[in-house]
Amino acid sequence: MKAEQTFTQHAQRAFKHRSFAAGAVIVLLLVISAAVSLFWTPYPVADIDIPNKLAAASAQHWFGTDSLGRDIASLLLVGSQNSLLVGFIAVGIGVGLGVPLGLWASAQRGWVEEVVMRAADFTFAFPALLSAILLTAIYGPGLVVSITAIGIFNIPVFARITRAAANAVWSRDFTLAAKAAGKSKWAITWEHVLPNVASVLIVQATVQFAIAILAEAALSYLGLGTQPPNPSWGRMLNEAQSQMFQAPMLAVYPGIAIALAVLGLNLMGDGLRDLLDPRLARTR
Amino acid sequence: MSTHSATHPTHPLLSIRNLRVALPTSRGQVEALRGVSFEMQRGQTLGLIGESGCGKSLTALAIMGLLPNGATVSGSIALNGTELTALDDDGLCKLRGARMAMIFQEPMTALNPLHPIWKQIAEPLQLHQVMDLVSAKARALELLERVQLPRARERLDNYPHQLSGGQRQRVMISMALACKPDILIADEPTTALDVTVQKEVLGLIRQLVAEDGMGLLLISHDLGLMRDQVQRVMVMYGGTVVESAPTEALFGMRAHPYTQGLFAARPQLGLKRGTRLQTIAGNVPDIFNWPSGCAFADRCSYVKDSCRQALPQLELVPDAHKTRPDDSHWVRCPHWQKLGASV
Repeated sequence: MKAEQTFTQHAQRAFKHRSFAAGAVIVLLLVISAAVSLFWTPYPVADIDIPNKLAAASAQHWFGTDSLGRDIASLLLVGSQNSLLVGFIAVGIGVGLGVPLGLWASAQRGWVEEVVMRAADFTFAFPALLSAILLTAIYGPGLVVSITAIGIFNIPVFARITRAAANAVWSRDFTLAAKAAGKSKWAITWEHVLPNVASVLIVQATVQFAIAILAEAALSYLGLGTQPPNPSWGRMLNEAQSQMFQAPMLAVYPGIAIALAVLGLNLMGDGLRDLLDPRLARTR
Repeated sequence: MSTHSATHPTHPLLSIRNLRVALPTSRGQVEALRGVSFEMQRGQTLGLIGESGCGKSLTALAIMGLLPNGATVSGSIALNGTELTALDDDGLCKLRGARMAMIFQEPMTALNPLHPIWKQIAEPLQLHQVMDLVSAKARALELLERVQLPRARERLDNYPHQLSGGQRQRVMISMALACKPDILIADEPTTALDVTVQKEVLGLIRQLVAEDGMGLLLISHDLGLMRDQVQRVMVMYGGTVVESAPTEALFGMRAHPYTQGLFAARPQLGLKRGTRLQTIAGNVPDIFNWPSGCAFADRCSYVKDSCRQALPQLELVPDAHKTRPDDSHWVRCPHWQKLGASV
């Protein structure tokens, strides 16, 4: 009963926050379209219909067809799966490895912290896209390689932000009080430090999610990410480039999809930052 | 009863011998405690007094084994005969919260804002007495009732921000007492509270310590508070104990010039309007550059050349009121007899 009440209170507060609400709606749309496309699309995505190529938007083809006569709406829907997959896995790799590293560095301090952070600096020094291109040059282009590359780039991001936030928590008295109660470093890390840095991490995760979607689109546009015939927003942009003057809308639709997804995630992250910060709770 | 509580009647509860602590700074290791020695019997209450930076809190942290990383400790700290400086972190974790507990100065920040208070009280219970959550919660309620938190049952699920400072300090006390420790270290437990709450909390600590027969090490810079609270007072200055006496004896006669200054500087009721409080001239000695002799020499109006030669030894002050052999009055000043102990 009590928990439900506070949940509705939280929900009310969340939806009064305009940018969070707008972002959440866009992200929800993205998730729904990915889920729907698993079962149903207006046309099968792989269906080539040359006589109908480059058709304009109509009741049959909501957004028209591409140079091979494939339905753009269906391609966009299925492409959202790809973007979500890349976002989840890339952020998952970053959180899964970066957060423990950051917590470890913060709990141990001393040389462990130095080594972990210098290693993070080292990884960080390579631009993400460049290292992704490097990896695809070695292992060949493909979705798995590009996801891994983006994920590896996320590890130092999360390691750094976790360490910085965790150090701030360690300097607070309640960790000293927990030590005085006989808790080990690891127990304090798990029970006191992690919950107190969680809000920072959630916000960062949404931002990195957006960056991952953007990076995947860029790699696919370069032909290094998702390979044909799997649809991807970035690849759709690439294919639209050759018909830029006959059918400019072909580039506009996936472009809008990418921009919307990134905007939605960023708005949501921004809103979460405010909502999860108790100091800002009253002012909003 | 856990095995740790096995008592060793031959050992004092806490015995500290020549404790020295050096802290890492940008200018290298700096000695902050320069040979602190004292003993504490079971159930004894001991006060540690001195100005900021004299090493009071550091002494407490050294006992708990909570010194900052890189601090070097020499000397001996023995709890029930167990040498704490020789223990590794696991060994210390078993003792902290179980045999020795600590209350901190700032109840506002010493509780995790994300956990309800009962969970934080239950922590040491789950850890040291391997209690399950249900019985730990029941015990947490008993403890909150014991520290006289009003409407304790409703408060169990409250978060720290829903409590006032005094209430939070009561929660901290109940956490510290959860496993019935042998020694309670209270580091300025009431500094952050207002005066009326201060009195209540101190009364509560005094009562609980007496009920459980715990040893109490109370750290404060407030002389008046010591008088009702502890049996013995130690005055610290410059990383050493400069005077140590039973509370009654010290309030009867101060032998060390620093203690005299401290007493003269305290505000008193009944002073004439406009009377300025006395101060001790000068500043705390530079920790990076300790004087070779008495740390108080530069501020002492009775200073002699010999004071600057070497750190003075503790001398026994004969006391007419002395009733027990361990009630002795010590002072770290070779000239105390000549400067007319203030009465």
